[in-house]
Amino acid sequence: MLKIKDLHAGVEGKEILKGINLEIKSGEIHAIMGPNGSGKTTLSSVIAGREDFEVTEGSMTLDGENLMELEPDERAHKGVFMSFQHPIAIPGVTTTNFIKTAINAKRKALGFDEMPAAEMLKKIREKAELLGLDRSFLSRSLNDGFSGGEKKRNEIFQMAMLEPKLAILDETDSGLDIDALKTVANGVNTLKTKDNAILVITHYQRLLDYIIPDYVHVLSDGKIVKTGGKELALELEEKGYEWIK
Amino acid sequence: MNMNLKDKLSASFLAFESNYGVDTNENLHQIRTHAMDQFEKVGFPAKKNEDWKYTSVKKFLDRDYSLFPIKTGNVTHKDIEKLLLKGTETYKIVFVDGVFQTHLSDVSHDQLDVCILSSAIKKPKYQIVFNHYFNTVASKEEGFSNLNTAFTSEGAYIHIPKGKVVEKPIQILYITTDKEKEVLLQPRNLIIVDENAHVQIIEQHHSFSDNFVLNNTLTEIFANKRAVVDFYKIQNDNIKASLVDNTFVQQKEGSNVTVNTYTFGGDMTRNNLSFYQVGENINSNLNGVTMVKGKSHVDNQTNVYHQQPNCESHELYKGIYDEASTGVFNGKVYVEPIAQKTDAFQQNDNILLTDDASINSKPQLEIFADDVACSHGCTIGELDKDAMFYLKQRGIPSKEAKALLLFAFTNEVVKRIRIPQLKQAITDIISEKLGVELEIEM
Repeated sequence: MLKIKDLHAGVEGKEILKGINLEIKSGEIHAIMGPNGSGKTTLSSVIAGREDFEVTEGSMTLDGENLMELEPDERAHKGVFMSFQHPIAIPGVTTTNFIKTAINAKRKALGFDEMPAAEMLKKIREKAELLGLDRSFLSRSLNDGFSGGEKKRNEIFQMAMLEPKLAILDETDSGLDIDALKTVANGVNTLKTKDNAILVITHYQRLLDYIIPDYVHVLSDGKIVKTGGKELALELEEKGYEWIK
Repeated sequence: MNMNLKDKLSASFLAFESNYGVDTNENLHQIRTHAMDQFEKVGFPAKKNEDWKYTSVKKFLDRDYSLFPIKTGNVTHKDIEKLLLKGTETYKIVFVDGVFQTHLSDVSHDQLDVCILSSAIKKPKYQIVFNHYFNTVASKEEGFSNLNTAFTSEGAYIHIPKGKVVEKPIQILYITTDKEKEVLLQPRNLIIVDENAHVQIIEQHHSFSDNFVLNNTLTEIFANKRAVVDFYKIQNDNIKASLVDNTFVQQKEGSNVTVNTYTFGGDMTRNNLSFYQVGENINSNLNGVTMVKGKSHVDNQTNVYHQQPNCESHELYKGIYDEASTGVFNGKVYVEPIAQKTDAFQQNDNILLTDDASINSKPQLEIFADDVACSHGCTIGELDKDAMFYLKQRGIPSKEAKALLLFAFTNEVVKRIRIPQLKQAITDIISEKLGVELEIEM
């Protein structure tokens, strides 16, 4: 599904990713772990298409289609979703209205009509229940005054609504207590199918107790320095990142 | 060759006075005459005047305005429908080319006076109240205010008696048509809200003409003890219309007055808004949203005079300037030595969408009391990149993403509107300006 070859990228002339190779197939869960400053956030941002980062070398395709030339919204229409570490608040725009706007923007780009209101409502209700969000929450302004846990649950709710091919979860566990973490992980696991894929980006191993990865990659100084199975995460937790260098 | 506007106004004054009757109200005659003398002394403001540094009225002074429209345009219900509040009953005071329109209005004398100033000037039963309040808080120095006072003849007169909570909002509508070429109109509003009374008022000036229009309007608002007044100004006029709005608010003990200024259009809009606190435990609120493009120029001058202890003022103005539009915010807060325990807050935030747009923002605090909490802030910036990326990542294209963020920016002010139907109407205007459909949290 996602193929990244020899990817070099940076910001303002400073190289942060120094040759990333990564292949994610449908039905797989990958985790990227690494210390602060290793390039984790840069990698997720570059996949999602953030303009601040400049790709200097390498290629990146989604189902064979070149992602490099696409705007972030166009990548979203192709099925890329990123759960943000710090979601943005939009006062005055309800979560429901926001997700309607997002879904219909995608449908429009793909040449479909807007989703009928009844179908939208049904879907919203279904997915909200999955994430344990009540109705009052959905009629509140997007992320406005939400707690850290509420914001993260809202991100996964949006993921559930948008049904992406590739979901990148960027530090989704930060700021979550154990109950919220379980709810979020349970939501993600329910959404997992053989046709989609998940890339978990995390500093700590604890989220991987609940979202079990098929592969764990260790990122250090802009390169993937080690790849293993889920047991690699535990080893890192025990020995720290120093061990890998 | 045309006379310049000042000379023309001077020359017209006597004719105006005799036309409107010197005898009907001797007190008013004296006030007008004095105001005319003052205007002749100070004239129109020039750029060397610090408060007019960024706003020029020069181009208006060479126009050959009709000062007293003789012909009145024919305006129907249908014409003004889009300017009226939908989904709720309202009182309406509608003027066309300066003349009150009975068939478009819905006034009241049933326990409250929602009517016209010309009646209040003439009829003995209103004269006592009129003479007691008229021109007592308006500026006696400034040019435009004196000019309006000198030519006072018509406008809205609203008197809410003690304890009356007015359920229906009152809409004041000033329409200009193209019956005359270039026209200068000077409406005058007098609003008196007695003890414990509540009222909500919406004022709009709108030109249906392609000709130049200049409105020099003046409103005096008197809020007596514990009165609650919400005043909304909707300034969404066409590009040939300019407005100088002078609003003076006098508040007594325990009163709560909010003036909301929403500016979406017009050529030049200048708002002079002053609050005078003359009792304790007063709350004054000033909210503003400016959202303009083209070459529109919007200048908001606010003055809050804290003259008694234990009072508050809250001021929040937000501006979005697109294309080559320009803005000014000059917010003055005066805290007199006696005004201990004052709580004054002021914030002015602006987004410039192009390199050609500009804003001059100047907070000005003069504090002479020591036990006070005063704060002010001012920001000028572009759209937040992180926020744009977030929205685009969700599949929302640039144009819609930008619109959502600008809407969110204004929402902090819009959500303070206490008339739901008006909140919807303002949201609709903002959506239209942004070119998107928005559904809001009510």
